[in-house]
Amino acid sequence: MFLTRHLGPGGWWFLLAIAAVAVAVPYCNLVLPPAHPFHANSYIVSLLGKYLTYALLALAVDLIWGFCGILSLGHGAFFALGGYAMGMYLMRQIGDRGVYANPLLPDFMVFLNWTELPWYWWGFSSFPYAMLMVLLVPGALAFVFGWFAFRSRVTGVYLSIITQAVTYALLLAFFRNDMGFGGNNGLTDFKDILGYPLQAGSTRAALFAASAIALALGFLIARAVTGSKLGKVLVAIRDAESRTRFLGYRVEHYKLFVFTLSAMMAGVAGALYVPQVGIINPGEFSPANSIEIVIWVAVGGRGTLVGAVVGAGLVNYGKTVFTTAMPELWLFALGALFIAVTLFLPRGVLGALGDYVEWMRRQKPDPLAHIEAQRQARREEAESTEHFLALAAQARAEREAAPAE
Amino acid sequence: MTRPAPRPGNASDSILYLDGVTVSFDGFRALNALSLLIAPGELRAIIGPNGAGKTTMMDVITGKTKPDTGEIFFEGAIDLKAHDEAAIAQLGIGRKFQKPTVFENHTVRDNLELALAGKRGPFATLFHRLSAEDADRIDQLLGIIGLAKSAESPAGGLSHGQKQWLEIGMLLAQEPKLLLVDEPAAGMTDAETAATSELLKAIARDHSVVVVEHDMAFVRDLDCRVTVLHEGSVLAEGTLDQVSAEPRVVEVYLGR
Ligand SMILES: Nc1ncnc2c1ncn2[C@@H]1O[C@H](COP(=O)(O)OP(=O)(O)O)[C@@H](O)[C@H]1O
Ligand SMILES: [Mg+2]
Repeated sequence: MFLTRHLGPGGWWFLLAIAAVAVAVPYCNLVLPPAHPFHANSYIVSLLGKYLTYALLALAVDLIWGFCGILSLGHGAFFALGGYAMGMYLMRQIGDRGVYANPLLPDFMVFLNWTELPWYWWGFSSFPYAMLMVLLVPGALAFVFGWFAFRSRVTGVYLSIITQAVTYALLLAFFRNDMGFGGNNGLTDFKDILGYPLQAGSTRAALFAASAIALALGFLIARAVTGSKLGKVLVAIRDAESRTRFLGYRVEHYKLFVFTLSAMMAGVAGALYVPQVGIINPGEFSPANSIEIVIWVAVGGRGTLVGAVVGAGLVNYGKTVFTTAMPELWLFALGALFIAVTLFLPRGVLGALGDYVEWMRRQKPDPLAHIEAQRQARREEAESTEHFLALAAQARAEREAAPAE
Repeated sequence: MTRPAPRPGNASDSILYLDGVTVSFDGFRALNALSLLIAPGELRAIIGPNGAGKTTMMDVITGKTKPDTGEIFFEGAIDLKAHDEAAIAQLGIGRKFQKPTVFENHTVRDNLELALAGKRGPFATLFHRLSAEDADRIDQLLGIIGLAKSAESPAGGLSHGQKQWLEIGMLLAQEPKLLLVDEPAAGMTDAETAATSELLKAIARDHSVVVVEHDMAFVRDLDCRVTVLHEGSVLAEGTLDQVSAEPRVVEVYLGR
């Protein structure tokens, strides 16, 4: 199958792990009695579900940063847009159960004395339509942004700064009440999804499982992309962009493709995040959020996909622990973490693990192995030169044998 | 003998035709009304002191730098000024850089696979499967450039000379009609240099090739028509013996 052809044993193990989590956590929540030591309460389920959506978001960033060198510092915007699309559906689901009991308008619109639903809210009572928007809105923004940025060959730190500016602009826009997205309160007080109450344990378990499935799918897609020849072109662009152009590849088309795909993945992550935390507000657009995502990926190890997932889990677990113990110190801890990783683990936790395994392997056998390896390399080089000289002699002989013109 | 006038000839019977090409960087003319004509199937060596504009000439041909004035035609009729790097590569002009640039994190084999002629769009590469012929072609190229044993190792670990050959292999994999080769022997040992010149001659049997080189022994080995570039324009053209006999060439090379 196309999605699994580049998966490899490591990929299968990873998928298996996600599947195990997808089954185990709902099981511990729904089946095990509250007194059981392994019982997971609904807070834990939502928390872990939130981590899963963050992992998908990290995967999206690793896809463009780790494999194509595009450092987006605005990916939180795509996550938030996907979240808002889901939030709008959830608002429409409330129907006349709002505080104002208005069957046509969400509470905040009634509060603003609006009399009719703005056109961009049309259709959001339909779940399929809302899901389409979860993909299309972030995808379209990424496409339009990428179209201009990549065609003008904006790269490196300039591109990163522009992505920050975009998410900041969206932050300001969504803060405005007259935008029609609930201003600084955002969208909240959701009641149910597809008719199932959001507070119910079974709904939460289902959302958790859906997040795990989305993460697995995102991983499959990312692996299929990075394992294909397209993935090799992406790495070529990351390492030597101009060289890739001279081979005839349209670098801007490749960047546009992977950037749009990544934005859609981020959108899906946001859509799954919102029903589990119960709110979406403009804070999700804050530039600091987007920077945090990049740190998750750096901690886990960029360009590894699995590392992005691991990094998102580790950092967010740290954040959860830290913000309950000493919330005011979290940003300092995050900054210190980033510096430490950059200095001591430039290839992240996963890269360091790989290096350690490699080191252990080399520790064990023959202490002269590296000398032998050097000798072998030198021999091979000499052989390839010899091959050349043979080629040269042959060509010369051919020329001399040919009748003079 | 006076300075040779740009050779009479027209765009239509050439693979590459430059006429009056000028490029300035902040007022400094790296190329100054450069005219050059390469015939189909020709092997041409371009020599000239450092800063003569040799690399800039390749930049202009391959779309990296746009000329201020002048005409550049490929195969007589294609105006190269109207195309970008990727389009020019797809038209059939391959380039080897002065500083060897291979994809260091990719294996030698993957480097060749990326260079291999074929569809270049993102969707074509996403669903691409390496055909048996393509795999054979890569093996054949690995043999030609003498890197069969390093096929599965990252290109970043190759020696300088091996990187140069890998780049030549990538150039061949592209199946270009015209090869532009910038200082292929720089940093090579004598033996490697000799091998490289034989390789280029072998390539020139069925391609048009323009080689920029400093090394006079190398150029003599190539045994082809030579163009001397100086301060962005052609100073002399002819066999190596003819151009070396020109007082102006001697003056440029031996200092003023
Ligand atoms: N991008 C650039 N900006 C400014 N000056 C340049 C640039 N590229 C080349 N030059 C100048 O143009 C001249 C010709 O350079 P180049 O074509 O690299 O020479 P060559 O390859 O013959 O040694 C040099 O003086 C160089 O400094
Ligand atoms: Mg040069």
